[in-house]
Amino acid sequence: MAGLAGWGGAQGDPVSVAAAPHNAARRRTADRVMTGVTAASTLMALVPLASVLIYVVVQGAGAVNWEFFTRLPRPVGEGGGGMANAIAGSLTLIALASCVGVPIGVLGGLYLAELGGGPLGWWIRFTTDVLNGVPSIVIGVFVYALLVVPMKRFSALAGGVALGIIMIPLVMRATEELVRLVPASLREASLALGIPWWITAVRVVLRTAAVGILTGVMLSVARIGGETAPLLFTAFNNQYWQTGLDQPIASLTVQLFNYAIAPYDDWHRQAWAAALVLMSITLTLNIAARLVGGRRPGA
Amino acid sequence: MMLRSLKAGGRGAVIPSTALVRGRRAWTDAAFRAALTAAALLVVVLVAWMLVQLVVAALPSIRRFGAAFLWTGRWDPVHEIFGAVTFAYGTAASSLLALLLAVPVSLGAAVYLAEIAPRAVFTTLSFVIELLASIPSVILGLWGVFVMAPWLRRVVEPALAGAFGRLPLFSGPAYGIGLLAGGVILAIMLLPIISSVSREVIRAVPQSQREAAYALGATRWEMIRRAVLPYGRTGLVGAVILGLGRALGETMAVTMVIGNRPQVSASLFQPAYTIAAALANEFSEAATGIYISALIELAAVLFVISLLVNAAARWLVWRVGAAPRGTL
Repeated sequence: MAGLAGWGGAQGDPVSVAAAPHNAARRRTADRVMTGVTAASTLMALVPLASVLIYVVVQGAGAVNWEFFTRLPRPVGEGGGGMANAIAGSLTLIALASCVGVPIGVLGGLYLAELGGGPLGWWIRFTTDVLNGVPSIVIGVFVYALLVVPMKRFSALAGGVALGIIMIPLVMRATEELVRLVPASLREASLALGIPWWITAVRVVLRTAAVGILTGVMLSVARIGGETAPLLFTAFNNQYWQTGLDQPIASLTVQLFNYAIAPYDDWHRQAWAAALVLMSITLTLNIAARLVGGRRPGA
Repeated sequence: MMLRSLKAGGRGAVIPSTALVRGRRAWTDAAFRAALTAAALLVVVLVAWMLVQLVVAALPSIRRFGAAFLWTGRWDPVHEIFGAVTFAYGTAASSLLALLLAVPVSLGAAVYLAEIAPRAVFTTLSFVIELLASIPSVILGLWGVFVMAPWLRRVVEPALAGAFGRLPLFSGPAYGIGLLAGGVILAIMLLPIISSVSREVIRAVPQSQREAAYALGATRWEMIRRAVLPYGRTGLVGAVILGLGRALGETMAVTMVIGNRPQVSASLFQPAYTIAAALANEFSEAATGIYISALIELAAVLFVISLLVNAAARWLVWRVGAAPRGTL
């Protein structure tokens, strides 16, 4: 930031600065220094994240094996064992969440794009973005009060609903963006043929945007698949195969968390293996979404 | 670029006026329209419902402790006395520390990518940074526990103590795990968010601003400093506040490295505890009604703060027309 402070001495409009030729060398230096500073910032932003990737791949590759995918967790000290139930659990939770998040998200997104031009649309859009910023652990607490307390037990269902709520704003905004890209001429052509508006919306507009919406859904699945906090007291955890949707269920993320904070080396190895599996899935979904939809990840 | 084309293409929605559609068609269209509206309104209902549900569930605690909940520091489940100030402090301190570390680096990276980097570098690194934003929090926590915390304990904290050891901020034994670790791991999580939103804000600055600065003889940095950054100021503040909102509610990674001891300490090396971490650790173990109610009141406090912070951030970012594609 030294360059910034040095240059800051010349307070005035750019004209007076540019008109001082004796200053030229200093200004060129400041320019070069700041180019270097910003480039260094970019590198600094990448270093920790690269370190995470490398450690997860190296440590995870040493720990992951066939048993990890096929066996149930074993008690401390016995060694071996895997997270088969947690992998199945995560998939179950994602499926449940999609049942909540996808229909509401797609319909809501269609509303925002097709009918949301007025003040109501503005408010809904605003609330959607705000909901997206609500900490996921708070959504967990909400679902706890909503479902876990009345049902008197932790359940896969509660976990699925918590993840589904997180999914709604993601799918909704993705749908809105993609539906807005559908050319008006397509709608007009369909309507001109006498096809009712709602059939036009479903069979023409949504179908045209389908690939993009699928991309948005993939990204939101990647996001909720990595969520831990909202599951801690909704889906809870389970050392065995789940027996029903009204029972607690294991998930890769909660299992990873429990193993990471436990004091056993054996469990730490399993945690790294879980991290590798989870990260591979997340990154694959993100990259695939980008390849399919030509969209940037994280959106 | 995507953003601008979206805006241009988005206004074409054709809604048939009811005069043109008759009979069965009119009611199926109306029904479909009602279904869409209901789905969209559900989001508003959901947010309001959350607020009501949390406040109602927190009522026993609100009645019993009143406003003292927010400014007393004793958290004692055994005697059922609950005060949240240590958690509020941990959340605020770790978030501020994270912003302090992340904002300069993210803005630098955003400026570099949007204004200086060649096209290929821009595309690649933007992609990589956003890909890294998708790494689950619990994985960063795992890395934090086994890689970052030992590094802080062995390298960073002794160095800080050696250089500034007289300040209370850097005093005491180096644990690795503690407030500093919480702040650093949060900063790492904020980097991709703040830098990608600011990058979009910077790219939304009209080209004419840059050309005007160049025409006056500005160097590239002067152009950025005098034309681009002031123009995008509102949006950049929005990006930072968006990061703050994320930091306040971030749970897993922080829980794993911050030490989870409810205390207010002058030293960054000491353990601390955040609101989100308290929820993560204690919720499923809370036995008594008033304990659960106090935890829910914590969640309600976090919820209200995150609503305010996010509303402010969206408003600021929207105002400059660089809405960062829905998410974050």
